[in-house]
Amino acid sequence: MTKILIVAEHAGGKLNAATAKCVTCATAIAGAEIDIAVFAADAGDIAAQAAALAGVKKVLTVENAANAEPLAAVLAPQVAAVAANYTHVFGPSTTFGKDLMPRVAALLGVGQLSDIMAVESAYRFRRPVYAGNAIVTVEAPQDKKLVATVRAASFQPAASGGSAAIESAIESASAAADIPTHTRFVSRSAPATGRPDLQTASRVVSGGRALGSADNFKIIFGLADKLKAGVGASRAAVDSGYAANELQVGQTGKIISPELYVAVGISGAIQHLTGIKDARTIVAINKDAEAPIFEVADIGLVGDLFKIVPELEKALG
Amino acid sequence: MSKILVGLKRVVDYNVRVRVKPDGSGVVTDGIKMSINPFDEIALEEALRIKEQGGATEVIVVSIGAAETQQQLRTGLAMGADRAILVQADSAVEPLVAAKVFLKLIEKEAPTIVLLGKQAIDDDNNQTGQMLAALWQRPQATFASKIELAGGKAKVTREVDAGLETIEVDLPAVFTTDLRLNEPRYVKLPDIMKAKKKPLDIIALDTLGIETAGQFKTLKYEAPATRQKGIMVKDVNELIAALKQKGLV
Ligand SMILES: Cc1cc2nc3c(=O)[nH]c(=O)nc-3n(C[C@H](O)[C@H](O)[C@H](O)COP(=O)(O)OP(=O)(O)OC[C@H]3O[C@@H](n4cnc5c(N)ncnc54)[C@H](O)[C@@H]3O)c2cc1C
Ligand SMILES: Nc1ncnc2c1ncn2[C@@H]1O[C@H](COP(=O)(O)O)[C@@H](O)[C@H]1O
Repeated sequence: MTKILIVAEHAGGKLNAATAKCVTCATAIAGAEIDIAVFAADAGDIAAQAAALAGVKKVLTVENAANAEPLAAVLAPQVAAVAANYTHVFGPSTTFGKDLMPRVAALLGVGQLSDIMAVESAYRFRRPVYAGNAIVTVEAPQDKKLVATVRAASFQPAASGGSAAIESAIESASAAADIPTHTRFVSRSAPATGRPDLQTASRVVSGGRALGSADNFKIIFGLADKLKAGVGASRAAVDSGYAANELQVGQTGKIISPELYVAVGISGAIQHLTGIKDARTIVAINKDAEAPIFEVADIGLVGDLFKIVPELEKALG
Repeated sequence: MSKILVGLKRVVDYNVRVRVKPDGSGVVTDGIKMSINPFDEIALEEALRIKEQGGATEVIVVSIGAAETQQQLRTGLAMGADRAILVQADSAVEPLVAAKVFLKLIEKEAPTIVLLGKQAIDDDNNQTGQMLAALWQRPQATFASKIELAGGKAKVTREVDAGLETIEVDLPAVFTTDLRLNEPRYVKLPDIMKAKKKPLDIIALDTLGIETAGQFKTLKYEAPATRQKGIMVKDVNELIAALKQKGLV
């Protein structure tokens, strides 16, 4: 019997959308029983949101003060303890899941599968390697617990309408878990932008090195506002200080799957393309007709962005 | 004596456009440029800076790989590492095995800091540092973009999805690097000559007394799905028309 435990990601009392995508991945495994575990200082609202996801059987809450911030070293032993009764343990391949799940796996004495993009069976999956330039089919041993992260961009979020039971798992978690004190949370700078979140936005406008300055980068925000889009950036734009680091799209930034992606003044390096391959429609604006971004663009326009973007904004009304 | 252990993995250079072999058994690596994993170069740079500022006395670069990996270790020595260890393995090892190898070396060398890349750009696993920290029962500070050491502790700024997060960890600890931690130095010719004389120890993987077999079986490699050829438009009006046709505006 396949029993899958999904580790919920949350912040500010809200369940992260990546958790609902992990549920979709788990439901692709025939006959699986799916539970979600919420580790928090106060799990109330988050557990309720998790319980409403269709396909979830049970939501387990582990509430204690040490879980106020998502520190991998603190959470991992508790996750490992709760995982005892499961065949699979999934987390999202966000920075939260990437930090936590390998630590969980090592505590359980097993390897980990990163970035599941497709399910073939309970122990057979597909995942990208070499920045998405190759896709491998991987088989995991059935006699071991399978710890894995789920590539959020590959799955739609599970529908709501579920009504899973909510239970406290604090006893099993804390009895077995030795919570370390060697790792402490200090602070987080999460700018509230008022714009759609990059990872869930249905439209994204990104700017590259060509923008030339943080001030010039504002035209990307202007266009994004017209399209009700989230804002992204290439690594070059982030490294040059034109855009904040959390806006980076690509192999080492965010992997996104919007309906519409508009790349402005971005050349289309392999590492950037990895992050946008799942976009439904890619629009590229670049003055170099030979730029590799045009090889993946559905609609390409060659020209100077400083002329085109204002025109486009105007035309959008 | 405080030591820093740095992981250097030999990988296909990041500029190479990787292609899958026609028979699906792997990717084409014949005649292709191999380099130090970019994140590991950053890890080494950070280690060297810590040493230069008096935060460590020795920087040891470690790689698990085939005999040719000595090239990358020599480059690491030319950058400024004091010595190198090659754990020679005939085939690639999974992250859990790599973590167990690092743990063995930690038991021998007793470093205060272990610096690894956040991910190796071949398998894109992003696991080894976290697994090592778990096995060593020490803190991990992954995706670091700033590391400040003081009084047996480290304050680390991490690149997370929401923005930047700062945590404090007690040493010894494992750090994994993000791209913006630093910009690695260039190797100078005289340093390449000097590096030839620096110690490079070779240890066979199967003498370490750890389970080296992998757990996952790769059944096949495939090229990713290609996107359909798009259209080129000549001005903003045509662009708007094309977006309208797709129902996007
Ligand atoms: C390990 C590793 C990981 C990486 N991860 C990422 C990642 O996650 N995301 C990422 O983006 N990159 C990543 N990179 C970097 C990547 O290789 C490229 O360097 C980067 O994407 C380039 O950014 P860019 O396209 O903005 O800049 P450039 O390559 O410099 O391109 C600028 C483009 O703007 C065009 N242009 C210039 N002026 C104008 C104008 N006035 N109007 C219109 N067009 C104009 C030019 O023709 C050019 O095509 C990574 C690299 C490494 C080594
Ligand atoms: N075979 C190896 N040799 C040396 N270092 C390694 C090896 N495998 C992994 N590492 C280190 O662990 C980091 C993360 O690798 P991975 O978990 O495979 O993505 C790399 O950036 C290296 O610093």
